[in-house]
Order: sequence, then structure tokens, then C-alpha cells
Amino acid sequence: MASLSRLGVVAGFLAVAALCLPLADLTVAGHDPWAALARMGRGFLAPDFSAIEQIARAVALTVAFAVAGVTLGGVAGLIMAPFYRLRAVRGFAIALRSVHELFWALLLLQVFGISVWSGVLAIALPYAGIFAKVLSEILDESDRRPDRWLGPSVDPLTRFLWARAPLALPQMATYALYRLECGLRSSAVLGFIGLPTLGFQLDTFFRQGEYGAAGAVMAIYIALIATVRLWMRPRLLLGWLIFAAVMLATVRTPPMGQGALWRFLSQDIIPAPLRQGDPAALLPWLWDLTTAAILPGLVATLIVAQLALVLAGAVAFVAQALIVPRVTGRIGAALGHLVLVILRSFPEYMLAYLFLQVWGPSMLPTILALGLHNGAIIGHLLGRQATGMTLRADAPRGLTLWGWEIVPRLFGPFVALCLYRWEIIIRESAIMGILGIATLGFYLDDAIGELRMDRAVVILAATGLVTVGIDALSRAIRARLGAGDLRVGDARPGAVPGQATNC
Amino acid sequence: MLLLDGVDLGYGGTPVLAGVRLHVAPGERVALLGRSGSGKSTLLSALHGAAAGRGMRIALVPQDAALVPQLSALRNVLMGRLDDHGAWRNLRTLIRPAAPDRAAALADLDRVGLTPNADARVESLSGGQKQRVALARALHRGGDLILGDEPLSAVDPRQAQDLAALLRAAFPTAILALHDVAVARAFATRVIGLKQGVFLFDLPVEQLDASRIEALYG
Repeated sequence: MASLSRLGVVAGFLAVAALCLPLADLTVAGHDPWAALARMGRGFLAPDFSAIEQIARAVALTVAFAVAGVTLGGVAGLIMAPFYRLRAVRGFAIALRSVHELFWALLLLQVFGISVWSGVLAIALPYAGIFAKVLSEILDESDRRPDRWLGPSVDPLTRFLWARAPLALPQMATYALYRLECGLRSSAVLGFIGLPTLGFQLDTFFRQGEYGAAGAVMAIYIALIATVRLWMRPRLLLGWLIFAAVMLATVRTPPMGQGALWRFLSQDIIPAPLRQGDPAALLPWLWDLTTAAILPGLVATLIVAQLALVLAGAVAFVAQALIVPRVTGRIGAALGHLVLVILRSFPEYMLAYLFLQVWGPSMLPTILALGLHNGAIIGHLLGRQATGMTLRADAPRGLTLWGWEIVPRLFGPFVALCLYRWEIIIRESAIMGILGIATLGFYLDDAIGELRMDRAVVILAATGLVTVGIDALSRAIRARLGAGDLRVGDARPGAVPGQATNC
Repeated sequence: MLLLDGVDLGYGGTPVLAGVRLHVAPGERVALLGRSGSGKSTLLSALHGAAAGRGMRIALVPQDAALVPQLSALRNVLMGRLDDHGAWRNLRTLIRPAAPDRAAALADLDRVGLTPNADARVESLSGGQKQRVALARALHRGGDLILGDEPLSAVDPRQAQDLAALLRAAFPTAILALHDVAVARAFATRVIGLKQGVFLFDLPVEQLDASRIEALYG
């Protein structure tokens, strides 16, 4: 296997980004972005809590959707986990998790309308696929000796319940808690496409120009995310489930036509030429779909992702030193932490939504949101390694330390982490299309809006294939950079408290 | 009844023990002596395989105890009889053991002096207590044969003698790897000395003298 130099890889990515730059639509469409920014800033600095009842209900529903969705997904994943070795189960789990929860929600809205099930399943379906994989890994890593002690004649269920599951339970609980924190973010973001959670409330206030109320929503959202470890504890699970059931029961659902699910599966997703009994028209139909939607969407997705990745790298390169007290001093490091925590707490989609209010619809807000959020995550992980680095007693401080110790020593992990986030950035770039930027999600949303589910399903499959391909490419590059630098993060997410910001 | 006839034992290419010939008759209590790394564990696992192949009921006490730390001491003891019952019965026992089952497991915990810790999670117990849970599990299981790899290594010498007496009374046949020669003398009918994969001696316990011990550990 040919090996690659890290500097070469970085130079390659920068060169591709430079080629993308002239193709990217970076226009500022808002007529006065600075005034918009000032209005927004004033709103956040002086939040208006007069609509607190409305906001409280949105908070309660955000928690309820998250608890119900993550629990359902967790139970389904736990049932799949012991059979994850079977190809059919593994393929099913991969298919479930390769579709983002927002895309699931767009599809489910067609079947169930704005109903409780759309929100719960949009979280539960992809999470079930993720849970199945991670829980099976946890089971595989747990101590096998009690299982072996039981001997060959004990039945599989007894074996699992007595000698496998209890050994994995502590790690499973930790991971479930981490997933729940991710679920809270997903649940809030689902509001942007119409479910009655915090995102919906935020969108409503922005549309009405009530920046103070929007600021209140943001403040409450940050408080909710920051305190999750205090109020969400495994022993309170039953209470939270009852709470979720009660809250979700209050959601009124507009009636849907009978048999929507069956019609969706048996008619809507069948390609139009086949439905109309004209199989010969299938190829032209596919060709039209590819040239009119998939290819342009793919090009835009890759451009956004490439520029966002380079921006994320630049942010991380600086941020890795920002939070090291030996470089920026104790106060500087604390401020750096604050900035990174804020950037990491907001889901990319919510950040992009906010930036869109300021700069109007172009690739710029999306690239900024993806670059800042992912850069903050990488910078945080690297900064923690830099803080824990063993330095000689007479090591320098400040910029000299950054340039002579931190940058060279962490350059390997830096490149590895950027490559690792690459696939995530591509996925998110596709999602951002729902906000109106012409990436894959835009064409998907468009097809669904026109009720052409057959086209939507093909675009969805193409999106999945692209992320799988980028993931494979990123793995190949990382492998050629040498396995010594592949320590990405601290093993499984959730093992360290407060890591959920990396969802 | 238990026979290894000229087999090479070990993992991978080079055997830890070569050309092992060993016959253990019913009623014999064998103590395996030797430093760590001499091949005791390898020999025990081969004997376990041979015994299991003959369909014997074996009570096993592995060196690492192989307990489930998250379950109570009582449930770990109950694990000794899981293969006697079906899945539903075992599920019921896991949720709430039936009164007779609980009483039987408590009796075995009492024999090793752990009644007060019956409902404590194993992870909260000390090393010696864990080892005694593993012994109680073996007692609860019962059977034709007990196989133990240093089953008394973490308890104090006085307790070790008492527990050895308990095992002697509970199992007709026993093969234990032991590190305490005094315990071996009191427990066994036959002692086997292993040194670097070779049988140094294999004798009735009465013939075990100081010079052989010296040769084994010296």
C-alpha cells in the first residue's frame, strides 16, 4: 500500500478547495446583514420570556419526542444487537442509519402527516440502526468468561440474560444516555420541518421578527442541553417515559387519509414509468432524474462540504491551542472553552438556520455553520490532548509552544480527525438542502413537495451511496497515513461525560 | 475414569506439556503443585475437556473466578444450576428466585461464610469474598468432579484449610491446582509436581517429602 504524506494530503485538500471556490455561490443575499446581525444579537442579549408558556410546551415536547424516539430505537437496537453478525440484520441496520433523521422525517410526514409517529419514528429508525451496531460491539467487548463457565448445554436466552447482558449493562447505559443527548438535538431540529418542538418555535419567532423571544428559545435550549446529565438519570427512566407518553398524547394530529402507508409503499415509491406500465421509459426517467437532480445536487454538496472541511480544519488548527492554558493563559483558555462549547452545542442545522437569517440563502451560511461547528469539535478533541501532553520542565509557553510542540505533535491526529469528520460534513451538507441551498437535500425536499416519492427514494439512495463512498475513501487515506495516528477521540462516544456535543 | 494418554497439550505450535499420560480414578483427590507457568492450567483445561467429553457433571472453579460482577452473590451461586432448567424457569429465577431455590443457594453461601453478603453485588466484594462466591457456586452445582485452578489463592491459610475440607466432603473426585503445600497435604490423596511442562513427581500424598518440594520450587 502506497503511503501518503500528511502535508501532501492537506495540500491536496486545499488545492481542491481552491478549485471549488469560484464555483461556490457565496453571495450575501440579505440586504443589510449587519443590521440583521445586530437585531439578532440584541435579541440574544435581552431575551424576552413573555411567551414562556408556548416555549415551555415546546421544551416539554422536545424532551418527549427525544425520550420516546431514543427508547424505541434503543429497544429495537438491543433486539437486533445479538444477531448483528447475521448479514440480513447488519444490512437492515446499515440501511436504517444511512438515512439522516431529517430525511426520515420528510418521508414519514408523507405517511403519517404532522403526527406523533412521524417525530418518534424519525428518531427511532436511524437510532435503532446505530444502537444495533454499537450495542453489538459492547457485547463483543464484554467479559466472555462467565459465558464459557456455563458450559455448552445452557440455552441461548438464559446465556444472554445471565452471563452476557449484565456484563455489558453499565456501558450500554452510558451509551444510551449519550444517545439521548443526541436525541434532544435531533428532536429540536425536527421542529424546523414542522414538528411541534423547539425548532418550530424558533422558526415561528424569527418569521414574526420577535428576536427577543427567539433569544429566549436559544437560552432555554442551551440550558436544556447543558443540564441534561442532571435531570436525565437511568433510574428516572420510567418517570420520563410516562412524561413523554402524557405529553405526546396532547399533540393533536390533523387527520390523514386512510391507507396512507400502504399507498406509499405499494404505489408512491414505484418509479412512475413502471406504475404507468411503460418499462421502456424507465431508463430515460432515470437519466432525467440523474442529470436534473442527482448530479447538480451532488456537485453542490461536494463543493459545500469541501469548503466547510477546509474551514473546519482552519478553525481546529487555531482552536487546538486556544483552550490550552500554557498557550493562552488561564483566562484565555476559559474563554476559548466557552466559545467552543457554544459552537458545539448547537446542531449544525440550527447554526445554519441562524446564519441564513443574517446572510440570506447562499452557500455561505451553510459553509460557515458546518466549518465552525465541526472545527470546534476537532479543536476541542485536539486541545484536550494538548492539555494532557507531557512536556519537559523547561518547555516554552504561548505561541512558541503552539508552533514547536503542539502543532507538530498533534498534526497526525489533526489530519486523521479532519478526515474522520469529512464523511459527517458530507452528510450534513446534503441535509442543508432542506434550508434552500441546492445540495442533495434540496432536490429531495423538492421531489417530496411535488409528491413524487419515486424520485425522492432514488435521490435518497444516491445520497446514501455518496456517504458510503466518501467514508471508504476517508478510511483508505487514513490507512495510508499510517495506523499510528488513528486514535480518533477516546474510543466510544459517551464514555467520557459531556461528549454528546460530538453527535 | 479420566484418562489422558500420551497427548501434547498447549496453544499454537510448541506444546506446554508433551506426551502427557494421566489416569485419575474415581475417589482420587489430586493436588497439582508447581510454580506459575509450569503447565497446571493447561493440564486442568485438558482434563476439563476430557471430563466434559465423557458427559460428567463438573463443578469448575477457574482461576479468574468468571463471576458476573453486576449480579448479586446469590444469583452468581444460582448460576451453578442453570443448565438443569429451561429458559423460562431461568428467566423467572433471574427476576425473582423461587423460595426453595433461594434457600438452597443461601445454604451454600452459608457454608463459605457469606450469608451476610448474599444480596450484595459481586463487584462490591473483596477478592477473597469473590473467590468464596465462586466456591459456593461450585458447591451449589455439585457433581462427579470438581476442577479448580488455584481456588483458594485469595483466602487466608486458616480459611483455606476449612474450605478445602468442605470441598473434600462435597465431591467424590477432585483435581485442584494449589500453591499451599500444607493445604495440599491435608486435602489430597495424590500429588503431582509440575516443573516447566514436565511431571517431576506423581505420588501418593504420604510420600511427599521435603526434598521433592525443594526440587519443585527450588
